Amino acid sequence: MKAAIVFENVSKHYGQQVALNGVSFSVPQGSFFGLLGPNGAGKSTLINAMASLVTPTTGRIEVMGHDVIGDYRQARRALGLVPQELIADPFFSIRDLLRVQSGYFGLRGRSQMQWIDALLERLSLQDKAGVTTQQLSGGMKRRVLIAMALVHKPQVIVLDEPTAGVDVDLRRTLWEFARELHRSGHTIVLTTHYLEEAESLCDQVAILQQGELKALEKTQALLARHPYRYLRVTVGECPPHTVALSAPLQARLVERDALGFLFQLEKSLSMEQMLSWLSENGLCIDGLTTREASLEEVFLDLTGDKV
Amino acid sequence: MNGYGCWAFFVKEVQRFYSVSVQTIFAPIVSTLLFLVIFGQVIDARMEAFSAISYSQFLIPGLVMMAILQNAFSNSSSSLIQSKMYGNLTFVLVSPISPLELYIAFIGAAIVRGLAVGVGVLIVGWVGFDLQWLSVGWVVVFAILSAALMGSIGLLAGILSDKYDHLAAFQNFIIMPLTFLSGVFYSIHALPGFWQAASYFNPFFYMVDGFRYGFYGVADVSVYLSLSVTLAFLALMTLINLILLTKGVKIRH
Repeated sequence: MKAAIVFENVSKHYGQQVALNGVSFSVPQGSFFGLLGPNGAGKSTLINAMASLVTPTTGRIEVMGHDVIGDYRQARRALGLVPQELIADPFFSIRDLLRVQSGYFGLRGRSQMQWIDALLERLSLQDKAGVTTQQLSGGMKRRVLIAMALVHKPQVIVLDEPTAGVDVDLRRTLWEFARELHRSGHTIVLTTHYLEEAESLCDQVAILQQGELKALEKTQALLARHPYRYLRVTVGECPPHTVALSAPLQARLVERDALGFLFQLEKSLSMEQMLSWLSENGLCIDGLTTREASLEEVFLDLTGDKV
Repeated sequence: MNGYGCWAFFVKEVQRFYSVSVQTIFAPIVSTLLFLVIFGQVIDARMEAFSAISYSQFLIPGLVMMAILQNAFSNSSSSLIQSKMYGNLTFVLVSPISPLELYIAFIGAAIVRGLAVGVGVLIVGWVGFDLQWLSVGWVVVFAILSAALMGSIGLLAGILSDKYDHLAAFQNFIIMPLTFLSGVFYSIHALPGFWQAASYFNPFFYMVDGFRYGFYGVADVSVYLSLSVTLAFLALMTLINLILLTKGVKIRH
């Protein structure tokens, strides 16, 4: 499959600080790609380098086959960036901002105005088209940023933590909108701290840590490759905090709460053995639930860090 | 070439200052005219700058040029620093507008604002005083080139400033002194030797002197020298700005 984005040995140094260290990978066209990593991993630096907001110290980046420095006009036409920071403009209404942004890309005329109307409608911004960004809530500003990124109909859309700080309703709306864009053929690159979001949306993920690529895999393959599964044990009459677990159980304990226990089990460990250990401990078992690892657990295992 | 992108950015920049025209056009016109009322009335009867030219007649072109210089500077510098502060510079930086197109649009808008304020001052001065128009061509040439140069200096100040405080320092400690010491209010021949010599190192002096020549045909130095110095500084500032914009200094990280 052709690449929508290619990173070749991309490094970025700020003095002695290394934000990115020789990152190389590509994002396939038409994919829904998750770029994950703990704070300070270099996700935003990589995205900003892709959008020409950051100049890499070394390496090169291509968007839809266009070098972001050597052929920046075509690269920027192919890319729509929804930045992480909320951006304001006190002088122009939302509709005017979209009209002006269209102009930067050389787009005008009736069909472009119709596209602006369609964006305003799809993002439920029609009622706010005549106001400035300063009169909008954080969630509405986020929608405006999405409209701004889409105004030139880019093939690749980069969403840098689009759901940070937005309410549940808007988050679901944004997820649905992102899915819709993906279905219509766009390549989507998403960074997020909500790993259930990445697990649900992304077909491929890259994990960055301390400026280096830690993992790059299909989401399902990454989850399947994880060596653990999880067992939730709910207990009845005996309160969990009063129970002393045997050594094999204690070694596998992830969490103990008011209702029971969460154990991390090696995939090679038989369930029969586990049940035997539980039985030996004399737990008043009320229920058992097993599940595969979530992306968050895989992430924590790979990075040894908090999300 | 993204000609329409450049035009769109220029129009946006003009609309930006027009949307707050009381602050960006009318207030500078009024404050500049206060100089005319105060200095003109007080000094007019006591001195003449050049023979057969009253002080007020001498002063008006200087004030018009001062208005052009200050407002052209303010337009590009304040626009850029505001865009940095609000973060909306990102919208331009991710677009396919080249550094040269960005520069042209910024300077074009600075020229429009400088001329808008300058023309406002000039109209009032023209109505109230007997202005001579020896060469409209020189007047127009110096008005446009000076606005372009100051827009360019303003852009440089905007690029180098990280906050409003930096810009204020630039304006108060560089632009304001150079403007007031440029011969707006006097002929440099009225200055003591040292200050007269120092004035020749002030590029603003040549803009004011060349502009005034267009009205009265008299000036402290040759109009061609003034034109050469103005063009040379404009070329230098253009080069510096284009290098900084291309490298993305203090704009792209």
